[in-house]
Amino acid sequence: MIEHLPALIPVSLILFAFLAGFLRLVNPRLSRYSAILGALTAFVFSIVVTIDVLKNGSISYHFGNWPPPYGIEFVLDTLTCFMVLVITGIGSTLLMFPTKPGFMIDEQQQSPLYTLVLLLLTGLCGMVLSGDLFNVYVFMEISSLTTFALVSLGGPKAAVASFRYLIMASIGACCYLLGLGFIFFTVGSVNMADVLQLLPAVYDSPSIIGGALLMITGLGLKMALFPFHTWLPDAHSYAPPIVAALLAAVQIETSAYIAIRLLLNVFTPALMSDLLPITQIIGWLGAAGIIFGSVMAIAQTNFKRMLAYSTVAQVGFVTLGLGLANPLGMVGGILHILAHALMKSCLFLVAGSISHHSGITNIQDFQGLGRRMPWTMAAFTVAALSMIGIPPTAGFFSKWYLLLGSLDNNNWVFLVVILASTLLNAIYFFRLIEKIYSPGDAQVEAGTQSKDLPKNMLVPIIILAVAILLMGAVSVWLVNNLLMPVVGGL
Amino acid sequence: MTDITIHYSYIIIIILLAIGLYGMLGKRNLIKKCIGLTIFQTAIFLFFIEGGLKDGGTVPVIDPSLGVEAINYINPLPHVMILTAIVVSTATTGVAMALLLKIYRKYNSLEEDVIMERMKE
Repeated sequence: MIEHLPALIPVSLILFAFLAGFLRLVNPRLSRYSAILGALTAFVFSIVVTIDVLKNGSISYHFGNWPPPYGIEFVLDTLTCFMVLVITGIGSTLLMFPTKPGFMIDEQQQSPLYTLVLLLLTGLCGMVLSGDLFNVYVFMEISSLTTFALVSLGGPKAAVASFRYLIMASIGACCYLLGLGFIFFTVGSVNMADVLQLLPAVYDSPSIIGGALLMITGLGLKMALFPFHTWLPDAHSYAPPIVAALLAAVQIETSAYIAIRLLLNVFTPALMSDLLPITQIIGWLGAAGIIFGSVMAIAQTNFKRMLAYSTVAQVGFVTLGLGLANPLGMVGGILHILAHALMKSCLFLVAGSISHHSGITNIQDFQGLGRRMPWTMAAFTVAALSMIGIPPTAGFFSKWYLLLGSLDNNNWVFLVVILASTLLNAIYFFRLIEKIYSPGDAQVEAGTQSKDLPKNMLVPIIILAVAILLMGAVSVWLVNNLLMPVVGGL
Repeated sequence: MTDITIHYSYIIIIILLAIGLYGMLGKRNLIKKCIGLTIFQTAIFLFFIEGGLKDGGTVPVIDPSLGVEAINYINPLPHVMILTAIVVSTATTGVAMALLLKIYRKYNSLEEDVIMERMKE
């Protein structure tokens, strides 16, 4: 049993996806419970696998007992474990949020919501676990296809946004496939470990540079790296809250993780920097994205749209860490994946529940909400402080490592960008926090005295907020045990 | 010059890629964008098929008269990968069509400018 766990993580998700689909015909509520159960099962499996990896070192799982260069392989090192934990953990917490406010449609309505969500999680886990380049493509497409359907649930405007996203994401996937072709025809293998060994012999071949560029461009389109971010604000702000949270928290970040994996374990930075400073280019694009996303977020009046633009900025942090290409910077970037996943999903859930509960979507209507919804707004404040990067919240630690990484490289521009983005974040979140806790309109307040959210909506929000606070305490452990073993060798 | 004549198929693939990209990014009609996407994907399939070609190679099923030398057989991996990619592209087109249906029912048009106009109302 234990040796099959790597495969069981996506398999359990996919089995429960179909179970949820069938149960929906019997009772929509059962479908939701089975989805939660499926995600939790995968989460438990990931915890068990992580403990095993920490004890016995990396696992390589061979499908059908075919050894790696010929067979399909799942590779689990500590970094993979970290990502799988983030994906399944955030996924199961988000699924606990009730259907109606979470997807903006009734449970009774005829759409296999939970099947789609679990398939999305399957795709993401598969991308992370997969040890060969082509399976990454296949799982990436599974996650993308379900995303298009999920985004379009948000209504006709969301369908238009989803179609645009479909075009951009498909260009991205095609670029990745084309680049994969370049690599495959040059070295004759698609297994990551195998490619890593075969590459040095053919390193000066232009098709390797072309292939690497195409693959990274494709992933850049998928993760909304700065000049390719155009599809993101529409798709994320029109999507239903749970979907927006899933996309911003895990889907975007998984593509970023694949880019990190490629540059770390396939085209190693040391070799790549002689030919083409690809990590530096990515880092600079990330820095540009941070500034652009933050400035655009300040200009927004709609809360969800502001969060969508801030996602553009936050992806910038992950790629900036990648661009630094030193252990501390990498750790900061990867830690920011977790920090961003926690705080952005918390914020999107708050946005969704406020708009469901009191119909508020615009920032100027937030006046006095702190009095009416004390718990929700406390969670919101924690997430907002974490976005700014105030200790002891999660956002502080990832930014701290990024700062140390930029100091290590003597990269003063990145240092200034990180500090400037903190200021810009402070501008748009303190503006909100001030509104929330200033006394509201007395008449409105008298009518809707202290009506906080119902418990079932509040629980996932509070879980995420507590996790943001706790992450500070465990971040040192995470860095020493999960991240450093993989990126420390840079 | 000889290089170009031998590898003429790659030039056709590049032209197809360019047509597909233009269709997706340059055209304002959503159906034409879909067609562009299909052309783009097909060009990549052709790239893999062309790359998998080998002079004097045959079907990768061991033939007693040819022996077990790998040189006599074509590597089946690119074809298998493309088979998977074709499935993916068909599914993508299917989802795109479903989205277009949803858009058309609401806005009664598939021209991007008209849809933008009606979205503002």
